[in-house]
This record gives sequence, C-alpha cells and structure tokens, in this order.
Amino acid sequence: MVGQLLLPARTSTDLVVLGDEAVALGAIHAGVSVAYGYPGTPATEIIEYLLRYAELVGGSHVSWSANEKTAFEQALGASMAGRRALVTMKHVGLNVAADPFMNSALVSIDGGLVLAVADDPGMHSSQNEQDSRFYADFARVVCLEPANQTEAYEMTREAFDISERFHIPVMVRLATRLAHSRSAVRTGEMRDPNQETVEPDPSKWVLLPTYARRQWRSLQQAQAAIKAYTEKSDHNTLYLSETSRELGVITTGIARNYYLDNKNDLDIEPSHLHIGAYPVPMEKIRALMGHVRSLLVLEEGYPFVERQVRGVGQTIVAVSGKETGAIRPDGELTPDVVRNALGLPSSSGMRAPALSLPMRPPRLCQGCPHADAYSAIRSVLDQYENHLVTSDIGCYTLGILPPYSVGQSCVCMGASIGMAKGAVDTGKENVIAVIGDSTFLHSGTTALMDCVNENTNMTVVILDNEVVAMTGTQPTVLPSSRLRDLVLGIGVAEEHCVVVEAHPKNLKEMASTLRQEVDHLGLSVVISVRECIEAARKRKKQ
Amino acid sequence: MKYDIIVSGVGGQGVLSIAAIIAASALRQGLRVKQSEEHGMAQRGGAVIAHLRLADEPVFSSLIPRGRADMVLSLEPLESLRYVPQLHPEGMLLTASEPTVNIPDYPDLGDVLNAVQSLPHSHLVDAHELARAAGSARAVNMVMVGAASTFVPVGAEAIEAHILERYASKSEKVLRSNLKAFRAGRDAIGRHATV
Ligand code: SF4
Repeated sequence: MVGQLLLPARTSTDLVVLGDEAVALGAIHAGVSVAYGYPGTPATEIIEYLLRYAELVGGSHVSWSANEKTAFEQALGASMAGRRALVTMKHVGLNVAADPFMNSALVSIDGGLVLAVADDPGMHSSQNEQDSRFYADFARVVCLEPANQTEAYEMTREAFDISERFHIPVMVRLATRLAHSRSAVRTGEMRDPNQETVEPDPSKWVLLPTYARRQWRSLQQAQAAIKAYTEKSDHNTLYLSETSRELGVITTGIARNYYLDNKNDLDIEPSHLHIGAYPVPMEKIRALMGHVRSLLVLEEGYPFVERQVRGVGQTIVAVSGKETGAIRPDGELTPDVVRNALGLPSSSGMRAPALSLPMRPPRLCQGCPHADAYSAIRSVLDQYENHLVTSDIGCYTLGILPPYSVGQSCVCMGASIGMAKGAVDTGKENVIAVIGDSTFLHSGTTALMDCVNENTNMTVVILDNEVVAMTGTQPTVLPSSRLRDLVLGIGVAEEHCVVVEAHPKNLKEMASTLRQEVDHLGLSVVISVRECIEAARKRKKQ
Repeated sequence: MKYDIIVSGVGGQGVLSIAAIIAASALRQGLRVKQSEEHGMAQRGGAVIAHLRLADEPVFSSLIPRGRADMVLSLEPLESLRYVPQLHPEGMLLTASEPTVNIPDYPDLGDVLNAVQSLPHSHLVDAHELARAAGSARAVNMVMVGAASTFVPVGAEAIEAHILERYASKSEKVLRSNLKAFRAGRDAIGRHATV
C-alpha cells in the first residue's frame, strides 16, 4: 500500500513520503524519461509511485516488466538512446539482472542510468539477506546509500549526474527500514528530461572482445577519478573528536540514525566517519584510523566496509563489527543492536505478562483461490506413497504451512520447474511443480522448454490468480487468458494442458484432473484459475 | 518532546491507516514524524506492526528502541501483548477488545483480557461495538485513533481536521460515521481516564 500521491511541485516543497517514494521523486526531478521494474518487497513502491505520477502528469514511460533482467535491458536501451532511465528491483532481483548489470558497466552510458535496489536485511519478505553493495563493487561502479528520505531523494538525483559524468550505471542502495519508512523530504527544483537522442557509437556499445577489452581498460582507468569523487563527496563526512581519541565509529546508510539516537548516552565523544558514497573513501578512513585506538563499524547488511578497513596483519587500531561478533552477523540493525555494540545497555522496559503468546504467521487470505488448488493437490498426494512437490515464490509459498502442507522447496523465482525436472531425471515419481502465473512468466517458461524438450514425467501446476498478489496485486505482463496459448506455444501437448477453475465447489473435478495428469507418463501442465480475492476487492472499490 | 507509538494488529485490519492518520495530524501541528511500516509477506493475515515517532526535536531512527515506547495502540488484544516489552515502565497500552482468532492455539480470551488489564496503564476499548454504533463497522481503526487522542501530543482539532480532509471525496455518510467513530473512541477513554 502506498500513501496518497502527493504531487511534487516544480519548485521546492516539503512532502512526507516513503523512502521508495523519495527515490521516485528524485528520479522525476532529475528528468527521468523511462522507468522499469519488477515488483518485489521492499522496492515495489518506487514504480507504483512513478506509475501514478505518469498517469496524472504524463511525460515519462513507466512500466512493470516480465522480470528484472528485461527491465534492466529496457532501461539500458533508453540510456543508449540518450535518455535518463531508472530501473528498480529488490536485492535478489539483481541476481536475475546481473548479466545486463555487470556488462552495462563496460558500455559508455549516455543518458543517466540509475539502478535503485532495495535490500531486505532481516528477511521481512525475502529468502536471503544479500548485500547489493558487493554487486556495485563487482561491477566497479558507484553506489550511493541514503540514510533518510531526503538523502534518498537527493542521491537519486545526483546518481543521474554521476552516471552521465563517468558514463557508468550508478546504484542507489536502500534497505527495508528506509524503503518502508515515511518522513519529510524537502524537494528541489524539477529539471526537464534531456532532449538529445544520440546516435550510439558501436565501438562503445558492442562488447565484442576487441571493443570490450578497450572498454574494460577505460573503466579501470576511470577508477581513480571515481575514487576521487567519492573521497570528496559530501555524503562521506568525517568528524575527528577533539576530546577523545579512544573510539572511532564508521556508519553507512541508515546505521547512522541508530548511532545518532544513541550517541548522547556515551561518556566520550567518538570520532565518526559516515559513508554514503562508494567506493569507500580510503583517505578519510586512514585519517580516522590515525586518530583513534579502536574502531566500530556499523553497517546494514554484510561486513562490506569492515572487511576493507581490516588489514590482513595486526593493525594498531582494533576494528570491531560483524566479523568480530561485536554485532551479530545476521538480521538487521536496530537501535538496540547498535546501542549494545556501543557498550550501552538497552532499557529493560515493561515486564511482559506471564501469558505465553502463540505466533501468528502470515497465511493465505480467507477465500484465496490457492487454498482450493492446495486442497485438491493435498487430496491427490495422499493417494501416493511417494511424491515430491517443488514450490516457488509468491503468496502461494504459504501453502507449505498446515493445513495444506504442500511444497518441499522454495528457492528462487522459477526454480520449482527446473528442480522438479532434476528430481525426475534421478528417478523420482509423482513429481509436481507449483508455480504462480507471474512467477511462471518471470522465469518459469525457459525451464518448461527444457521439460518439453525431454517430455519429462512431471506435472506443472500454474496457480493463476491473474495478478502479482504478494507485492500488492500488480498486473501480470500477460493476461490470464493468454497463459494456455503460451504453454501450448512452448510445446506442451494440447491434451495435457488443462485449465481448471479453482473453486471450493470444484474440488472433486480438480483432484481427478490432477490425478490423471500426475499418472500420465510425460509432461502435463494444469492451470488453476481464479482471481485473487484481494485484487477483486480492490477492483470493486475503484 | 518525543512520543513513540507502536501500532499493532493483524494484517488487513488497518494498522497502516491508524499510523497514517496520527502522523498526518501531527504534521498539521508542526511536529516531526518518522514512521516505519511493513509491506509484503507480513500483510497476509499475520502479526503486523508500525512504529510511529512524533517529536519536536530531531529523531533519526525510524524504529523505536526497546523499552522506550510511550504507547502500544492495538487493533487486537493478543497482538497488543506482544509488544509490552517495547513499552517504558510508565507506558500506556490501548487495545480493541475483540479478538481475531485465525490461529489454532489462540489462548483463552479471558486470560488475554486479564493480562491487558493487569498492566499499570491500559484500556480495553470495545471498538467494534462503538464503530457499529457510529454507523460503520469498518471504522474500528478510527475508534482507536479517538481513544489514543486522549494521550498523544496531537490535538483532537488537528485530527478532526485531517479526517475531514481524508474523507472529503467520500460520501457525507462515510465522513460522518468516521467523525462519530473518532469521537466515540475519545469519549470511551474520557469516561474512565486517569489523565
Ligand atoms: S492476496 Fe490474493 S493470492 Fe495472496 S493470499 Fe490473498 S487472495 Fe490469495
């Protein structure tokens, strides 16, 4: 859910927005021409804001893409044409887009290309805690990491300028607690999109080895200028304490908030380096380390900075952080985690009542179409002694919980189909892959081609709820009515591609269809259709 | 001045809207606001919370430290209890009394309500009944905003002004039932408040 759209004026105003929305505003005011993304918590609201803005005001092309890779490539094409482009995704989405992302660092970016990626430390709605800063480093490009909504706005604007200045893509890295928190932003003046459409120079955009080698070398040569830029950047601020040389603290991104809220309770005034622009400012780190005896590194995600400041040999400065156990290596930072790392006790707070409180995990909505599909699948599975069900990413992952208990794996977008095939190839029988319609379109189709190729003895159940439900009922790239044609087009036999309506009154029919297809020695696809009730509710409200 | 509120409930109940209404009203009064919310997986019928920080001085973190919250404001009694350790020892707990029983091991309701009442500063609000009486069963969250308004450093006028604006585009009936729900919540506390 996103708050009311507050129209950004052309001149500076104060707005209260989510971190995600601040990124969207920054892009609008930077003169963005196109924006693409794939829904994923906690990044979804960036494109949602831009979509509503485009609808109300027009001017830019904004759309959801089939997946993060296609989104990135579309943004890259717009940049090649000389226009500013924004592409957004969640952290694991960047794995999908890693191919175009890594290689986009080697072409010579024309229109500013900004990748806004939202990490999810604490795994609020994700399957891992990977830290996108490593990707920026891997690609040898600049990463900006805002600490609050105002910085999210300003850094996104600036990211376009840096991208055009160094001809590289620039990453803006968010974490859940910024993406999904609201605060006031003072916006600046809006600038117009760049008008030029350039004739791309093939020697800078065709990554044939001869050209690619030269482009790679020039990216290496640019590193000195890039480092000089982040070294001087206002986002990297160094404060050397005059009253104490004991402790230095390095914060990055939102870790600064937790530090500042706790700092006044300390007996000493530590020195402090805040990093908001990467590559890390080595000179400033050196100056800090020359000034203090011990150093604490506070960063959301992996010990990315900590590793860079810790030398291999024993240094005079004792560095502590996630690698030393001063901060737990998993989970997100909180005011209390930071407080304890600074050696301050947490407040004890009110004593909890003696009553033991059961957990209340998320669950499928009452009346969810997936529930009917799972009831049918469950009843079929109970008829076999041996079976295997691979599942995938979406609301329907919750079918793994009782009462359905359907699904033995959920790894990454689209993995259900490939994993099922692998299991069948080893001799497993009665194998079902369960995948949502949007996940299937995102990255299930290619795996299905492999299954068609070998007529693998398995059943793919596509749970078609007609939307991307988990992230807030965004439309899928292909309407539900076209799904069967797509499956047939891939080469699944017509008599083994069955569409059923997911409904409580249909459970028997669904179960017998499923049973038939599981028994069929070869590939079957069962498409179980009914609109997500949350989407239906929203539609009726409009 | 700093006032920290944990808003809790079950996904779909309107935790975010409570936070948004109080936040917008606080802004009207010139306070600074930080609000942290949950989207995605958590919203599917599970436990949901939002952190809301109101202040007239700079606050940096969007999360409230443990043991520092001034208020837990909950749409569901079991959910309110989950965040008691977040309250400071003098903190206030306000919760709607009607349970959402969507888990098999929901404790005995009497035990839950007793636990709420055993806290030093707590109020059970029959928000569902008050909302129905105000003309909209969906206005439970507005009743709870009204209940909270007795304690939070935001004037009832600012909240009412925000409600008028928020429902300006809706029918007269919706607007009126929400205002009524807000006042009913406020009166429910006023009757036996110890402030
Ligand atoms: S949002 Fe839609 S798909 Fe997801 S659990 Fe609810 S009804 Fe099912």
